[in-house]
Amino acid sequence: MSCMRRFCHETQSHDSLHSCMCRRSVALLLLKMSEERDPAALSGSAQTEGEEDLFVSAMESPEAARLSAEDISPSSNGPRDDDPDDPDDLFAEATEEVSLDSPERQPILSDGPSPAITPVTISPRVDVFDRSPDLDEDEEENRDTFDIQISVSDPEKVGDGMNAYMVYKVMTKTSLSIFSRDEVCVKRRFSDFLGLHSKLASKYMHMGYIVPPAPEKSIVGMTKVKVGKEDLSSVEFVEKRRSALERYLLRTVKHPALLKDPDVLQFLESSELPRAVSTQALSGAGILRMVNKAADAVNKMTIKMNESDAWFEEKQQQFENLDVQLRKLHASVESLVCHRKELSVNTASFAKSAAMLGNSEDHTALSRALSQLAEVEEKIDQLHQDQSYADFYLISELLGDYVRLITAVKGVFDQRMKAWAKWQDAQVMLQRKREAEAKLQYASKPDKLQQATDEIREWEGKVQQGERDFEQISKNIRREVGRFEKDRVKDFRVVIIKYLESLVHTQQQLIKYWEAFLPEAKAIA
Amino acid sequence: NSDKLILENTNIPCFQRKKYCLAVNVDLQTDATLQVDISDALSERDKVKFTVHTKSTLPNFKQNEFSVVRQHEEFIWLHDSFVENEEYAGYIIPPAPPKPDFDASREKLQKLGEGEGSMTKEEFTKMKQELEAEYLAIFKKTVAMHEVFLCRVAAHPVLRKDLNFHVFLEYNQDLSVRGKNKKEKLEDFFKNVVKSADGVLVAGVKDVDDFFEHEKTFLLEYHNRVKDSSAKSDRMIRSHKSAADDINRIASTLYTLGTQDSTDLCKFFLKVSELFEKTRKIEARVAADEDLKLADLLKYYLRESQAAKDLLYRRGRALVDYENANKALDKARAKNKDVLQAETTQQVCCQKFEKISESAKQELIDFKTRRVAAFRKNLVELAELELKHAKGNLQLLQSCLGVLKGDT
Repeated sequence: MSCMRRFCHETQSHDSLHSCMCRRSVALLLLKMSEERDPAALSGSAQTEGEEDLFVSAMESPEAARLSAEDISPSSNGPRDDDPDDPDDLFAEATEEVSLDSPERQPILSDGPSPAITPVTISPRVDVFDRSPDLDEDEEENRDTFDIQISVSDPEKVGDGMNAYMVYKVMTKTSLSIFSRDEVCVKRRFSDFLGLHSKLASKYMHMGYIVPPAPEKSIVGMTKVKVGKEDLSSVEFVEKRRSALERYLLRTVKHPALLKDPDVLQFLESSELPRAVSTQALSGAGILRMVNKAADAVNKMTIKMNESDAWFEEKQQQFENLDVQLRKLHASVESLVCHRKELSVNTASFAKSAAMLGNSEDHTALSRALSQLAEVEEKIDQLHQDQSYADFYLISELLGDYVRLITAVKGVFDQRMKAWAKWQDAQVMLQRKREAEAKLQYASKPDKLQQATDEIREWEGKVQQGERDFEQISKNIRREVGRFEKDRVKDFRVVIIKYLESLVHTQQQLIKYWEAFLPEAKAIA
Repeated sequence: NSDKLILENTNIPCFQRKKYCLAVNVDLQTDATLQVDISDALSERDKVKFTVHTKSTLPNFKQNEFSVVRQHEEFIWLHDSFVENEEYAGYIIPPAPPKPDFDASREKLQKLGEGEGSMTKEEFTKMKQELEAEYLAIFKKTVAMHEVFLCRVAAHPVLRKDLNFHVFLEYNQDLSVRGKNKKEKLEDFFKNVVKSADGVLVAGVKDVDDFFEHEKTFLLEYHNRVKDSSAKSDRMIRSHKSAADDINRIASTLYTLGTQDSTDLCKFFLKVSELFEKTRKIEARVAADEDLKLADLLKYYLRESQAAKDLLYRRGRALVDYENANKALDKARAKNKDVLQAETTQQVCCQKFEKISESAKQELIDFKTRRVAAFRKNLVELAELELKHAKGNLQLLQSCLGVLKGDT
């Protein structure tokens, strides 16, 4: 729980102060701060006293932190932040925060090795996560030699009745060295995927990384499958889900940081995976998710950020517009899928009727022509059905994925807002501590004065950390958005071209069928 | 204010309409002695006014060329007068044209007018144009149906001489054919009930004549099958139209995306939007052509096959009357009472039956010829149009793909 007492490396004690920075108080603090904000004054005073102390502690902590790295199990690594100093930063608790506006992502306290609450934030592979801008080109090169293939296949039903579930085979083929084998096959169920996403979101979202959302749950769809209905709709549902899971994994490993994440590696490689029970809606974690979501909604409304960077404002507006249009497009495409399916059914029905008409026609040549017409229409109905699948799996699903992805993007912008708020809160707190100290100086209570001075130093550190974190997340977001947009352009290009090719194929087939029919019609004498 | 959307006083000039009509009007001998067509039509609030134009060298008419204005009820009056005429019992009476029905279209235009505020100007204009085109299409169809009826009558060797027909063509005043009053409507209702009951009776009696026996079996089944096909083709074409509408909306949204996007995708989206605008138009044409060549064909032969069934029924009734007259004659001879009267009745029935049988045979043979020719023409045209549109679509898609792939 977030109100746990922490071992602070700076003060070398379990400081009760940390417990105050739980969710509830942050909300109250923000409410107060929206009234009395004066960042200029705060940043000014931060320079004088605290600076030296801050740097001293910065030098000390990495060593202290690294020592305790050995205590941590290898799979609990994950870059908390790019700054290794201050392991007790406020962001450690940020892992429990839920991003706003996202019904998809329910990251939080995942059970198992993933360290949602581990205080240590160092990874031995810290070099991989060095996010200097010049590394972007190298990243690009790496992506071009990106050699990993993932497939999700062979859905199998396990168990019976309401406890039944589907298990999917996840096969990874790769030549990348971080994987232990060239080819791995594991069995995973839907909640495993949700669990993976939950862990990744909790680790990376607050840093501004766009974590691809997992496919949606579907109670209706799954119930049908559980109950054992072997009809077309449950077969289609399983196929839709299988395809969505595959796309989810591919998107996840396309992200350079996520690809190397130990949770991802474990998901793809390890034969046994602990059940992710926290993904269930009514578990303790589930309830906590709901509470956090509500709190987040309140927070979002109260944070009024002074945007100094026009880029962010512009980008947010662009994503807002994109969201609206993509949703609209998605709705139209879904309607098209529906109507094309209907067209296929009605064409098949007409084909049968035309065949009957041909049978009852007593003029031989006309009768034959009508039967041929019936055959043509039957082939065309199959064409329409195939086209509707293309409509769906190519376009509709892509649009659905991007609608959810954009929600993740918006979430990342919200995280930046939160980082900013945290920074501002720290500045306010620092001001308060300074005022308190000033008061104590006049009251001459030496022991309390010492504590006050210590607190000032502590908060100066927090302010600096807050500013660094804010700048870091801003930098990350810029990079992430750049990567996201590149991927978006590529995805849409590839998919739309594939879709147009499917339309070309349909027209070519139509031509073939009608060309075969024409002489039959002309032969009526 | 929705009135301004409705195509008040729409005129269809002659040359435009000629392209559309006569989809089912095949193999009709149009000779110089009598040529009839609908040269103009006016759509008003609750009625359509057809200008019936006649060219004739027959002495019956005062002039060689003349026009009158007629409304739908007058066509029905003419049709019913044929049906009720005992002299024409042995002919397939050309089916009456269906009542002009713009209700659905009007409702859509009205809804559009009401929803004007909730959509962008482009969307509104686009939808308005489409609904107006739909209205126009329905209008053209109804004109064509009325014209086909007149042409069939004019082509029929006996019906073309009918006096009511000449009055219809020439009398330039309103025929004052009031809608059937209640009593007459009720009589019609009972007549139809009796007919269907009889129909069952007559259908059950096996005919001595192989030809008619075959025709009876054939027509009963054929009529039902055509009915089914007609309904199914309508549904298929409706789905096709809905899909085309969806593509229209997709094209619009893609256009908006294209104008908004900050990446290279903007050009991409605009190109694809343009493509879908064009393919959508083609898809709408495919649906319209299928409607014309397939659905209308089936609808028309649904009505014609009913008219042929009616002929068989009339012959059947005449046969029953003839057989009853025979029985009555035998009875009279046995009792030696009213023999002369019975003989006369029997002779009249016999003549009537034979007359009907003779003309019915020819009518049914002609019906088959017409049917085969109409189906041939329309199926060939359907296939040709489908090919034309598919090739057009293909060309658009391939050229767009070429541009898009070249850009990357």
